[in-house]
Amino acid sequence: MSKLKPMSDQVPASPERRRFVGAATATAAGLTIAPGVMLYQVAHGRPEEQAASSAVRWGMLVDATKCATGCDDCVTACSTENGWTPVAESKHPKQAPQWIRKLELQDPLTQMETNLPMMCQHCAEPPCVDVCPTGASFKRADGIVLVNRHTCIGCRYCMMACPYKARSLVHEDLDDTQKPDVPRGIGCVESCTLCVQKIDRGDGNTACAEACTAAGHNALLFGDMNDPESEISKRLRELPTKQVRADLNLNLGVRYHGI
Amino acid sequence: MASITFREVEGSSMKYWLLFGGLGLFVLFGALAWNTMHHYGHVVTGMDNQIVWGLPHVFAVFLIVAASGALNVASIASVFNKPMYKPLAPLSAILSLALMLGGLLVLVLDLGRSDRLIVAMTHFNFKSMFTWNVFLYSGFFGLVGIYLWTMLDRSVKSYSKAAGTAAFIWRLVLTTGTGSLFGFLIARELYGTAMLAPMFIIMSFAYGLAIYLMVLAAAYAWTGRTLGDAVMMRLKGLLVVFVAAVLYFIVVHHLTNLYFAKFHGVEAFILRDGGIFTTLFWVGQIVIGCVAPLVILLSGLGKQRTWIMVACGLVIAGGMAQMYVTIIGAQAYPLDMFPGLIEKSSFYDGVVHGYTPSLPELFLGLGGVAIALLVTTFAIKVLRLLPASLDDTTVAKLEH
Repeated sequence: MSKLKPMSDQVPASPERRRFVGAATATAAGLTIAPGVMLYQVAHGRPEEQAASSAVRWGMLVDATKCATGCDDCVTACSTENGWTPVAESKHPKQAPQWIRKLELQDPLTQMETNLPMMCQHCAEPPCVDVCPTGASFKRADGIVLVNRHTCIGCRYCMMACPYKARSLVHEDLDDTQKPDVPRGIGCVESCTLCVQKIDRGDGNTACAEACTAAGHNALLFGDMNDPESEISKRLRELPTKQVRADLNLNLGVRYHGI
Repeated sequence: MASITFREVEGSSMKYWLLFGGLGLFVLFGALAWNTMHHYGHVVTGMDNQIVWGLPHVFAVFLIVAASGALNVASIASVFNKPMYKPLAPLSAILSLALMLGGLLVLVLDLGRSDRLIVAMTHFNFKSMFTWNVFLYSGFFGLVGIYLWTMLDRSVKSYSKAAGTAAFIWRLVLTTGTGSLFGFLIARELYGTAMLAPMFIIMSFAYGLAIYLMVLAAAYAWTGRTLGDAVMMRLKGLLVVFVAAVLYFIVVHHLTNLYFAKFHGVEAFILRDGGIFTTLFWVGQIVIGCVAPLVILLSGLGKQRTWIMVACGLVIAGGMAQMYVTIIGAQAYPLDMFPGLIEKSSFYDGVVHGYTPSLPELFLGLGGVAIALLVTTFAIKVLRLLPASLDDTTVAKLEH
């Protein structure tokens, strides 16, 4: 942890301490904190002036064995939360941005079919960040890979570099479906943000994972992969998981089970 | 050594102004094309989230690569001390600057946010090959500009060799950078190889020289000046070597890929099943760009100036085909995220991506070519870049 920025000195290093600070803050604010889950979530919301901490690594576990054929609730939820037009409603489907998509895989030999959502994999070594000429493509300390809308010049080099086809260019003027906390704009590149606005609010979950749980599939689990006690860490310890294009050694924030 | 008289072209004839006006018209079309793309967004282009770099990149990268190659004639004169090339050097330098300008304009006007060019000039990520290229391109303008100055101004003539050498080394690094724009990409099968850097350098030699030869011959023919066979035959010989080397690199690149099972899919796509890309590869890149020019230049036809011009035209056309296959062909082939599995999605995973360039893209690219030629046409009118005569006697005196 010697690499942490000075700001992180104020950030509790251990999960226990973080929970304590979170609980104390919340109590002081006059909130009623009853269930443990609530405690966990509030602890992870952070004030605007506080930088994201590398003590946290946000990630997602995708259980492809639970991902239902024909269900695209995660895609719809993402589009609703982040304000991008669903591809079916777009006048230009080939040019329409898609932050998350359902991928259907089939083994030509065994006919085995697999369903899974594909989106930005939030690499620890993101090729998009390496190639971005202006530094608009960046990785936050907590592992979320984002695009700075103010410095993206729309060169699309990141789209050339991404092995997961996770990024989209906004090809035309946007209609009024934009969300106030999800800035987007014509000529800029965008992709899954792991619902960074929700994470920073302290929701503790992404729109896609919430939708998947609501549909009863429970194929998506979001959480802090650095916290050994988090649900995602526990599941990752138990389930055999894979990274897509593991040969590239990019250390992905999204892990798949059942592929 | 005999001295050579350089003289501006008069540039007052109807023919000159027609050429000037014609090129200007294409520059105007290019500007309108940019305005359309900028106003409506990339939705008016054939590009999408699958083919993210389209025809403008084909033009831009071709022009940038050719620009560094066009400087070669000057480099041979000053770096390698070949006196015969000295009178050819100033045109070589101005042409390389003009082509670079045309290429860069197309590149930056194709940005999703071309209005944010200042951001690219003020925010740098030094791990990005693009950032390095920003410096390489600016440095190229500076160094070649100084080099040209040492050629035109007698008072600084003694610095010509030093400036020429610096510009030569810089252009090698620059084309390495251009090739590495693609070489440093891990996602696409056709890229991600160090081969691309030297291959782009040798391609630049061929494309740049072909353009140079055509411009030189046109300038002399249209101004009624004498261009002897000695110069033409020497440059023709050089073009043969460059084109043969390009063919060699293409063969080695694909043979290497064919040896690796993981590249079999993409190689089969380019070489056999890729439709327009396969046609462009075999007919455009190989036959038109390499084999036909070699046959012309090495046979009796190569003694006739018209056929040398045809060969140069073919090298340029083959170069455009090569850029199209390299840039768009590599994107058309779907990313292989799950090797061995069939992929399907709403985002066109697992399918070959189609691409039809739109008019604004074409005219933006042609606008870049027109700017390059317009700058050259104007420069030879206002600067003493062209020898008054390049007849065989004058040229022969240079070497003795």
